[in-house]
Amino acid sequence: MHQMHGTGETGAVQPAIELRGIDKRFGAVHANKEIDLKVDKGTIHGIVGENGAGKSTLMSILYGFYQADGGTIHVDGKLCDIKGSEDAIAAGIGMVHQHFMLVETFSVLENVILGVEGGAVLRDGVDKARVELERLEREYSLDIDPDAIVGDLSVGLQQRVEILKALYRGAEILILDEPTGVLTPQEADHLFRILATLKEQGKTVVLITHKLREIMAATDNVSVMRQGAMVADRKTAQTSPEELSELMVGRRVLLRLEKGEANPGATVLQVNDLCVDNAQGVRKVKNASFTVRAGEIVGIAGVSGNGQSELLEALGGIRSASEGSVLLNDQDVTPGKGVDAAELRKRGVAHVPEDRHRMAMVTGFTAKEAAILGYEDDPAYNNSILLDWHAISKATANMMLEFDVRPDDPDLKAANFSGGNQQKLVLAREIMRDPELLLVGQPTRGVDIGAIEFIHKRIVAMRDAGKAVLLVSVELDEIMSLADRILVMCDGVIIGEVSAAEANERVLGLMMAGVDPNEAKAVEGQA
Amino acid sequence: MSNVVQLPRWIDVGVLPLLNLLLALVVSALLVLAIGENPVEVVEILLYGAFGYDEAWGYTLYYTTNFVFTGLSFAVAFHCGLFNIGAEGQAYVGGLGVTLAALYLDFLPFPLMLVVGMMAAAIFGAAWAYIPAYLQARRGSHIVITTIMFNFIASSLMVYLLVNVLRPQGSMTPESEQIAEHLRLPFIHDMAAAFGIDMASSPLNLSFVYAIAASILVWMFIWHTRWGYAIRTVGANAVAATYGGIDPGRYIIIAMMISGALASFMALNEVMGVQHRLLIDFTAGYGFVGIAVALMGRNHPFGIFLAALLFGMLYQGGAELSFEIPTISNDMVVVIQGLVILFTGAMEHMFRPRVTKIYTAWRLRRDRMEAA
Repeated sequence: MHQMHGTGETGAVQPAIELRGIDKRFGAVHANKEIDLKVDKGTIHGIVGENGAGKSTLMSILYGFYQADGGTIHVDGKLCDIKGSEDAIAAGIGMVHQHFMLVETFSVLENVILGVEGGAVLRDGVDKARVELERLEREYSLDIDPDAIVGDLSVGLQQRVEILKALYRGAEILILDEPTGVLTPQEADHLFRILATLKEQGKTVVLITHKLREIMAATDNVSVMRQGAMVADRKTAQTSPEELSELMVGRRVLLRLEKGEANPGATVLQVNDLCVDNAQGVRKVKNASFTVRAGEIVGIAGVSGNGQSELLEALGGIRSASEGSVLLNDQDVTPGKGVDAAELRKRGVAHVPEDRHRMAMVTGFTAKEAAILGYEDDPAYNNSILLDWHAISKATANMMLEFDVRPDDPDLKAANFSGGNQQKLVLAREIMRDPELLLVGQPTRGVDIGAIEFIHKRIVAMRDAGKAVLLVSVELDEIMSLADRILVMCDGVIIGEVSAAEANERVLGLMMAGVDPNEAKAVEGQA
Repeated sequence: MSNVVQLPRWIDVGVLPLLNLLLALVVSALLVLAIGENPVEVVEILLYGAFGYDEAWGYTLYYTTNFVFTGLSFAVAFHCGLFNIGAEGQAYVGGLGVTLAALYLDFLPFPLMLVVGMMAAAIFGAAWAYIPAYLQARRGSHIVITTIMFNFIASSLMVYLLVNVLRPQGSMTPESEQIAEHLRLPFIHDMAAAFGIDMASSPLNLSFVYAIAASILVWMFIWHTRWGYAIRTVGANAVAATYGGIDPGRYIIIAMMISGALASFMALNEVMGVQHRLLIDFTAGYGFVGIAVALMGRNHPFGIFLAALLFGMLYQGGAELSFEIPTISNDMVVVIQGLVILFTGAMEHMFRPRVTKIYTAWRLRRDRMEAA
């Protein structure tokens, strides 16, 4: 097992995975075009590409979820016919999905043996599994209590359970699909240390991500996909984030947004001791107090699920406040009695919610129907009784022109637009109302790089036009490049505020984990 | 990656229902064969009974009227994401409204009664739907459970009222007094006669015109008003509705009350149009069949009208069938109707994957040929 500390340059060794001419179509969509890929044994191999570039399809073919229309898969030099995930597992391929496949009410051990219990009597299998699991934990330093209930574990530990599951099934090749989406920077670093250990032990790791920083930090080799084709293979040491992003998009991209100084004016939004409970009565936002002024972007950073969603939804009028108050231009708009999303819209609050499909639009509607959500009562869209579809079509076409939504067909179903174009349509709907306050959550989640650049520019343009912007994002890069002031939330509490100038990943990361800002800065000072 | 191919409309609303219908007829034919009759002959009689002569047409369209109303009723609630299974009870209580209006406001002239009767039905039906709607919207009680229970409550309530309150003194049958002659909806054959056109007499009456008007109005309401838009948003994605400032609870109540009112218009046909009095169980299952009508018609008024016509045909042709072929009892006809409901309603997705596959393959080949 220790024979190959692959540097990827040993020509005689068979690659762990070799894909030759993999081709896959979904109807008219050509998802994978004659893909060739070599992953050397004992390396960490990154695959990058925009959303819809075909990364997930390719990995799904490798793991047996889909069958390729053409091409062959070779594992360790042997031709493999992978018809289902059982075949993949038998070939030594394990997969850690973006959304964990764990039973939350089961213990770690029970989750690990799920599906490979071995025999009708659970007891024997469990005893054997416990020994094996402890061996694996020692060997890969993946410390975790086998009897802990998975639901009680942090996200980072749950991911470890997923990795153990794959190893328990004898995986020699581990595929991780966007593994850091739900982790703090510190947890992500820890994950990369685990991957490095796996590599040392001779395992092969395939890392799918859209975060170039992680590719640069963790991988040996990287392959770039664009529009279903494999466009480049590089040694990580010999490439740069700029080159990779250019390869992904097919043109030059500004990674760091260029924006001028903020010019903050009067206070637009004032939040005083706001508390918000979720549907189960659990307090998700605890005594939040802050202001947003005209002409500035205030960012809220935090690991997903620490109350920032509930805060944004409350400010958008979707959830009621339990305690505290919210003032908009000195007028009371505390969400709850009488103040709902419709009322806030009338008062000049636009809201681009975090979850496009769940909240921002009805995907079964046409683009023009999606373009009036929240504004369907607008006299401009109505005759006395009937909706004026002609006017709505024209308004939608205008939005599509202004925000470069493609294809520019107001009658196309919203579901048939790409993520980036859906998001641009939502932004157009909200921004073109010329609001006083713009609430934006995860503006670029699931959006390709080209569109990210565009969306960021529009948000900064809102600021420069003297509007107040509140930005919630779990992407630290996004927060740091857009926000003028950054608030960090952890467990419902606003831990502290950092100006954009003094923000860096480590300080924010510590604060996101609940460390007091002064302490975080001190720790940073020592480092 | 989207690997879900969207079927074009003509397949979705044309080919698929026809395939389902065909399968229902094939299974029915096997049943007919099993009891030793000739399926071809059976179909002939069925079609002749439904459309073969003037009077048959009238009966078919009279049944169709009921199905249009109950189908529209189901569809409006369905667009709001609600499975209103209570059209039966809502129509029943709506019948009480029409009857009370006609009996106690019998001094009104007929043109006024046209409006008052309709409003009375709508108010009673909507009120009966309001209670489950409120419970769903504000208390989270599931609409399927509450509406089905309200069917039973309506049934018991009406038995009580018919036996103890509405039954004229000295009468032995649990039904209300007859409504005054000048307040009855005119039969189509009478209306035609007034214009000098000779038509066979049938129960078909003015409410058929209402049904067509209601179909058009529902279509306009659902797709061309902001309230319809709000209802569809709530039905498709209640979270998005809340985000847009549309209160789902409010529109659940509105949609259910409209649904109840539409169901109650069935009583115009039955009480004001044909029976001229309130009968026990006059709803006779039309409310439930309305669910199949709406599902088969893809919850679109035009589709509902066609589906209602199909069921009207099955009802009328089926009656003829059990009359012409004694071995095919009324129960057998009910079985055939049940098969149609089963295949077009409950199992309507059965052919979808296969048809989608065939369509995708066909389109792919066409695209490749065009590319070549």
